[in-house]
Amino acid sequence: MAANETATLAALVNDNERQIVPEWLELQKQYGTLRTGRITEAELSSQSSEFLHLLRSGLASGGIEVAGAAYNPARELLANLSRSRALQGFSPTETATFVFSLKQPLFNALNRDKSLAPADLAKVTWAITILLDELGLFTFDQFQKSREEVILRQQREITELSTPVVKLWEGVLALPVIGTLDSERTQVVMENLLQHIVDESAEIAIIDITGVPTVDTLTAQHLLKTVSAARLMGADCIISGIRPQIAQTIVHLGVELNVISKATLADAFAVALRRTNRAVTKIRSAKPDDATAKAGSDKGE
Amino acid sequence: MDRIPILKLGSALLVTVQVDMHDRLATALEEDLTSKIVAFGAKGVLIDISALEIVDSFIGRMLDNIAAVSRILDADTVVVGMRPAVAITLVELGLSLSGVKTALNVERGMALIQRRLEEFDADDED
Repeated sequence: MAANETATLAALVNDNERQIVPEWLELQKQYGTLRTGRITEAELSSQSSEFLHLLRSGLASGGIEVAGAAYNPARELLANLSRSRALQGFSPTETATFVFSLKQPLFNALNRDKSLAPADLAKVTWAITILLDELGLFTFDQFQKSREEVILRQQREITELSTPVVKLWEGVLALPVIGTLDSERTQVVMENLLQHIVDESAEIAIIDITGVPTVDTLTAQHLLKTVSAARLMGADCIISGIRPQIAQTIVHLGVELNVISKATLADAFAVALRRTNRAVTKIRSAKPDDATAKAGSDKGE
Repeated sequence: MDRIPILKLGSALLVTVQVDMHDRLATALEEDLTSKIVAFGAKGVLIDISALEIVDSFIGRMLDNIAAVSRILDADTVVVGMRPAVAITLVELGLSLSGVKTALNVERGMALIQRRLEEFDADDED
């Protein structure tokens, strides 16, 4: 029986293709697919006729088993379409409409076919419904998946962006932390810092937490972990940029930060230079304007 | 059984770990090192673990033990060349090796030991 229905359906699609495609396109336009101007009419029309073509070949060889191999090309087209529409900013409804709006043209074609017995008509209708519902759900899945991919990528990029390791001087690194330090970020920050310590063969790393909004026991623990790991590699850590409120919180929480800490990055940098046997001095100059210029004493003055 | 070679460099001992440490090798190293410190009267021990990729809590504790033993025998221990992944693992295991001195590479580690030896010489002259 099932083979019979799909054969009828395949023949139906095949015979009525000329009518189905324009009707379908018209419906999609009514639903507002083109209104936002994200895709052109030509694009939509080529997508639609290609999908119908693939659907027909799927019907011809694979029945209504959407998960089967016969539907691979059709599924692939839908996956690509969902992905591109998700990226273009289509809403889930707009994306799923692509498949669901095919129902009415198919039913219309079925109605025009007077040769079918009522019982067969019902069966074919049912087959169409199942087929298109499954394809619609598949579209939805793919749409959701692409959106999640976008979110994941953005998360990764934010993590990467917000943890740069800056080389301040020969052997002195700075790590300006911006945003909350959770375990996952600490891991990234730590790996990043340690790798830079190796690459630059740095002796001192300054962790600046000016951009960290709050420090609780967990954040403090994460900071201390980073400091210990850096120490194991043979680099000293200085923590700088502790704001007054945060300093109070740390003391109130009873957290012991057993590391050198300085109020500002500048202070920490001064300590780092002294440790590496360098100093910042004023240049004596005829022009008073230049007196503010600074230079490390190990560089030629 | 394999043993990790211990080289004498002046008043310091140099150990480079080139293979993955298994527990028996680590114990053997601890014993060898202790007897060598006494035999040579070494004032510094430099352990290069730049080739070590895998550590567990046992190896971490072994490093701590070596440092403690050397300290009793009046020698400084410097661990050099720890890889980032190894450092993270040790910290996650809760082993911060607080009794061990560290340096980024052999050169800096030797400088650390040398500084101590110079202090030692200066004390002798007084």
